Amino acid sequence: MTDVPIVLLRVDERLIHGQVVIGWGNQLRPDRYLVVDDALVQSGWELELYRLAACDADVVFVGVDEACQRIQEWREAPSRSILLTRDIAAMRRIADRGVLSGERVNLGGIHHGLGRDEVLAYLHLTEEDRSDLRAMAAAGVEITARDLPDAHRVGLDTLLKS
Amino acid sequence: MSDGVLALGVVVGHAEIAQGMIGAVRRIAGDAADALQPLSNDGKSPDQLRNELDALAGDQTVVVFVDLQAGSCGMAALSCCRDRVRRVVVSGVNLPMLLDFVFSRELPLDELVPRLIDQGRSAISQHRATG
Repeated sequence: MTDVPIVLLRVDERLIHGQVVIGWGNQLRPDRYLVVDDALVQSGWELELYRLAACDADVVFVGVDEACQRIQEWREAPSRSILLTRDIAAMRRIADRGVLSGERVNLGGIHHGLGRDEVLAYLHLTEEDRSDLRAMAAAGVEITARDLPDAHRVGLDTLLKS
Repeated sequence: MSDGVLALGVVVGHAEIAQGMIGAVRRIAGDAADALQPLSNDGKSPDQLRNELDALAGDQTVVVFVDLQAGSCGMAALSCCRDRVRRVVVSGVNLPMLLDFVFSRELPLDELVPRLIDQGRSAISQHRATG
């Protein structure tokens, strides 16, 4: 089962923020956000900040291992979920377990930083990111970049040529 | 009662909203707008935004105005002001709030911040023609 109720799988270094909660949230109407981040799950106060940003939706924080164990449970739950990782590496680690085959992964915001090249205004990639994306595609994941639902969708081939 | 400290206001917002709002304050209040600094989240990672806000705030008494709590600006502000008693975050910034700030910033934060929130809220109203 690869369709709802995980209505969006997204890589976005800001995790829960305006584009996700308002831009995507108004279209997809999620009941909860599944934030997959090994470091964040250890932090008490940051979790509260993200809960504030999620407005009325529930937020679940888990590490990559737990996400892989629970992804089927989330798919079968009645809640509509948006799954978020902060970086491509974490999404690849989930994909490596074979649980994302046939899924679409959306690349949202990864901003400028050391060793990153601008691919799109909102997307900057390292060589390692590119390698992770190729590996995910080889694992049967469809990867596109799109910051907002009504924006132009950019395919992986185009992203890797940039 | 004033504690003699003039607070700095930092407006943190999406795209060009902070610069635009401060520009509007300047049109109305003139050089009093110097008390406000804009910060945009455009093209910035969460760490970059937080670090830039931290640098702007420095050791001053600061009111950080954000456009949207549920967003990267709100997150950066809350994170940056955590455990800092001389920094306060006010979300849902509007022009009346900023105008009041530039003329009241000598007030202690405990007095200033509730006042700004009242100003901002009371400026929202509805006027509708009847029949």
